[in-house]
Amino acid sequence: MARWILLPIYLNGVMLSSQTESTSTAFVTDQTDAPVVVHCRDIRKNFDSTTAVADLSFDISPRTCFGLLGPNGAGKTTTLRMLLGQSPRSGGILEVFGQDISQNRRQIRHRTGIVPQADNLDPDFTVKENLSMYGRYFRLDPKVLSERIPKLLDMVELSPRANDDISTLSGGMKRRLTLARALVNDPQLLVLDEPTTGLDPQARHMIWSLIHQMKRAGKTIVLTTHYMEEAERLCDELIVIDEGRLVAQGSPIELIDQHCESDVLEIRGNVSEISVETLPNNWRAEKAGESLYIYADDAQALVDFSGNLADMICLHRHASLEDVFLRLTGRALRG
Amino acid sequence: MNASSPPTLRLESLTVWRRNAMVWRKLMAASLLLHFGEPLIYLLGIGYGLGRFVGEIDGMPYFTFLASGFIAWSAMNVASMESMWSVYTRMVPQQTYEAILATPAEVDDIVIGELLWCGTKSLMSGSAILAVAAMLGAVNDWSALLIIPVIFLTGVCFAAPGLVVTAYARAYEYFNFYMTLVMTPMFILCGVFYPVSSLPGPVQSAVQLLPLTHAVEIIRPIVVGQPVTDLGLHLGALALFGLVSTWAATILFRRRLVQ
Repeated sequence: MARWILLPIYLNGVMLSSQTESTSTAFVTDQTDAPVVVHCRDIRKNFDSTTAVADLSFDISPRTCFGLLGPNGAGKTTTLRMLLGQSPRSGGILEVFGQDISQNRRQIRHRTGIVPQADNLDPDFTVKENLSMYGRYFRLDPKVLSERIPKLLDMVELSPRANDDISTLSGGMKRRLTLARALVNDPQLLVLDEPTTGLDPQARHMIWSLIHQMKRAGKTIVLTTHYMEEAERLCDELIVIDEGRLVAQGSPIELIDQHCESDVLEIRGNVSEISVETLPNNWRAEKAGESLYIYADDAQALVDFSGNLADMICLHRHASLEDVFLRLTGRALRG
Repeated sequence: MNASSPPTLRLESLTVWRRNAMVWRKLMAASLLLHFGEPLIYLLGIGYGLGRFVGEIDGMPYFTFLASGFIAWSAMNVASMESMWSVYTRMVPQQTYEAILATPAEVDDIVIGELLWCGTKSLMSGSAILAVAAMLGAVNDWSALLIIPVIFLTGVCFAAPGLVVTAYARAYEYFNFYMTLVMTPMFILCGVFYPVSSLPGPVQSAVQLLPLTHAVEIIRPIVVGQPVTDLGLHLGALALFGLVSTWAATILFRRRLVQ
């Protein structure tokens, strides 16, 4: 005991230097303690007469990117809000960092960062003030904050705009600032609700690279998205939900293996000329508008088949997460 | 914390207050113009203009009578406006609370922080009127400064029912109900322009149930330098009204913001 009491005094100089080092990177994460960051069992959410989420169970491991996919109105945002204690659950077990969210909401939020679906930056403040004000709600040391903010602004490439009003920013810049804001408390868990919706490709790629950077820094990431390409690139593990229920779970590759044939032939043009009934039994055809999609495991056979189609545009490709998604949730439009 | 427990007081509420104070500082010039300019015009116009005909009321010049009533009224008015229009703006179009609730701050901190901020705005406005009244010679003694904490309390007490209305509001137009049905009658009936004693008997009793009456009964004698009669009763009535409304506002905001 005595050694441990004396040691900090003896090592004071060293400790101080290591402290400044740890704040010199924008984020430092230590989550060695928790075996899973999020643990859900049969969580549900009822609004008056409707059930938004029904008996959802999943675990999220540390340092992974976990995707939550589903059509509009599937219950993704509701699930995220329950995860953050922003919406009380109607039933089930929900633990974050090993703690019940309804008991320890404030402690959990201290270690969590959130990028909400709709931008809610404070329009009364400048770019920099948005970050410093947000840091105050976490009651962060002003010294730590004043060191961290320039680094965050650098990271999201907004340093030249530090003193500009929010209204002068483009949609992509606002998104990047919201991401920087979510990192102001150096969270271990980062929750991103449709982080790239409505962004141009440049901005989207930048957000993707930032998410990769976060993952390398050891953060656990929860992501909802409508872009299957995004989920395929970023997620280690994902679940597909529809009408509040779990439809599928696994890594992107596992999901493609389990739920879809390996190859797809996409045909555009006068597809009504093709008689679907004559196709081999182990092929699967789906018509969507002016396009016909033929799924099969035999790539060569698909290519040969396309050779016989005159005046039509054919595209042969590997099956993607989008094909799985459409197969699982159907092609009907959602609210 | 369950859904109906009284509000928890935490330091985060001061952060919410601070946010508003920082925004206010940016637009300070316009705000100060309003706080000083409006009472100057009102007091000069109505106080002197009408005062020539009225002469004295309750042993003081009408100008002084009106100035002290205005201080109480403005504490109510400023806090009500802030707790309805401004709070609604932060809650709905700006989604400021949604952002705050993603941090360790809670709904209770928002409610308490906003109440303190509304009280602060009342304090600024009321102090400005006091300063204008003093410049125009309506205040004789430094003891008038004792009203400053009373103005703050009055502001907080009137901000709380404002928050109750905001918790139900679906649009800005919704506030017209409260303005027309609650605030305007108090403005006219509670002794701002003339003594309550000049009202018919039954109305006099009814007016005792309105909180602005009690605020006027405390603020006016202090401004004029007279002893306050029934201070405990008036303070108690105001505080009870404020506490009940604060509790209701907390419950309703929890319901509105956390679903």
